[in-house]
Amino acid sequence: MPEKPSVRAVLLGALPFLGMCFSVPLWDRIDPMVLGMPFNLFWLVLWIPVSSLCLWMAYRVDRHRR
Amino acid sequence: MKSAIPIAIIAAIVLLGSGIGLLAGSRRKMDLEQWTVGGRGFGLILVWLLMAGEVYTTFAFLGASGWAYSRGAPALYILAYITLGYVVSFFILPPIWEMGHKFSLQTQSDFFETRYQSKALAALVSLSGVAFLIPYLEIQITGLGIIAQISSFDRIGRAPAMIIAVALVAAFVFAGGIRAVAWVSILKDALMIFAALAVGIGVPYIYFGGIRPMFSTLAHTRPAHLVMPGATAHMGHAWYISTVLLTSLGFYMWPHTFAAAFTARSAAVLRRNAIVMPLYTLSLTFIFFTGFTALLVIPGLSNGDLALFTLVRKAFPNWFLGLIGGAGALTAMVPAAILLLTAATLFAKNVYRPLFAPTMSESQIARLARAMVIVLSLLTLYFAIYSSTTLVSLLLLGYAGVTQFFPGIVLGLYSNRVTKSAVFAGLLTGLLSACVLILSNHDPFLGVNAGFLALCLNLTVTFAFIRVYSWRKKPSQTVDSGKASFDA
Repeated sequence: MPEKPSVRAVLLGALPFLGMCFSVPLWDRIDPMVLGMPFNLFWLVLWIPVSSLCLWMAYRVDRHRR
Repeated sequence: MKSAIPIAIIAAIVLLGSGIGLLAGSRRKMDLEQWTVGGRGFGLILVWLLMAGEVYTTFAFLGASGWAYSRGAPALYILAYITLGYVVSFFILPPIWEMGHKFSLQTQSDFFETRYQSKALAALVSLSGVAFLIPYLEIQITGLGIIAQISSFDRIGRAPAMIIAVALVAAFVFAGGIRAVAWVSILKDALMIFAALAVGIGVPYIYFGGIRPMFSTLAHTRPAHLVMPGATAHMGHAWYISTVLLTSLGFYMWPHTFAAAFTARSAAVLRRNAIVMPLYTLSLTFIFFTGFTALLVIPGLSNGDLALFTLVRKAFPNWFLGLIGGAGALTAMVPAAILLLTAATLFAKNVYRPLFAPTMSESQIARLARAMVIVLSLLTLYFAIYSSTTLVSLLLLGYAGVTQFFPGIVLGLYSNRVTKSAVFAGLLTGLLSACVLILSNHDPFLGVNAGFLALCLNLTVTFAFIRVYSWRKKPSQTVDSGKASFDA
């Protein structure tokens, strides 16, 4: 069996799911418009680099184990 | 003649891409290992190109703008599921790679056969995998026909365009295998990013003076279009959450996306790739801008998929239309190439060999797989030219179908209590319930994605079987032939 990822890494991976998926009723609206975009579109665009960051941190967290 | 310039530019781009593909594999000896998984030698850049190549299909080009145009805010699910699909890949592709490296796996079905020591399970996975790949392949080719037709001002017919493109794709897949696909992606992704930025910024600027005034106009005239469920009846928040979950979990369950993991040089390459991949999703934002602008400028198109190219043809000079048309043609050809290669390998290695010729050698499989490239190309052309309703149904089933592999794969990686009977029963339940719900037009079901409900049933049955098995086996330790051989 391959080694399982650490709890901290899995939690970091769960963050983008919270931000982009489960929380949709909180951010699915037009106002306030940011950078010219409706708020829901802006929110998702914002979470794309944030997701990369979360994965990078998960990578750092588990790197010493390999 | 206004069509001459765009046709010449599209032809030049398509030929240049195919030329790169033909050259890519020419200096290597193409055995099966080299042809299907690039000798497991791809570094970060080739893996990135391959995965970007297979993810950003004609759906990104025509579909994402078409969804924004005709459905509105529900289209945003695309940004979420692709990004979250990479998050999932960060956790599952490295262990899949480790298994592949250890046991010389080349296909998704190889994984099931080795992990669960079951030819029947592997056969079920291969057959359903091929059944979901063929319509996916066909839609790329159909999309290419549409692109060629619109951007040549109807001077190139759909059928001749499809025949030429499929012949070129078959040629470079036949010659260079997966390596050819990764190399053609260089041109494809460069053009794709250029096209997305140029059109996504250019079109709102031409008609409204910028992105902000375009969205302000839309927010005043059609505010309901910009929040879910948009212009649809059922695509609300429950649909959004269940669809994003289903498609992000299923993202790497397609036989071709799964097998791409085997091309990497190491597991770390796949982790680093998962970190950078989401950033490419940003380019899709600009495709959405185009779809929303099209709704204001050219409302009332019967087919939303035509929105992007119709608007480009209206707003830009002819040479630019040719450039976008060429980019669009390559975004159909690169995924088509991977799909062809995967379906051909699955057929030769995991369907034909176990059923008809168990003693086949690797080099015989390689020959058969390459012959299958030709056969599948002809079959796809036939379907694309004489479009078939069966195929449309299979396409609707695609994501819901492949995601049913998820429990078998993830439990197979991390649990030593899972058994082949549990996975088999769960998979059958998932596939059948997805078929019943979707083909009887019950998707979404009570506002929830039908494929997601099928996945829940699948998981329930899988876990129930695991429980029953472990009760019957007690007190003896977990005896699982698949697991035992896997740890050996």
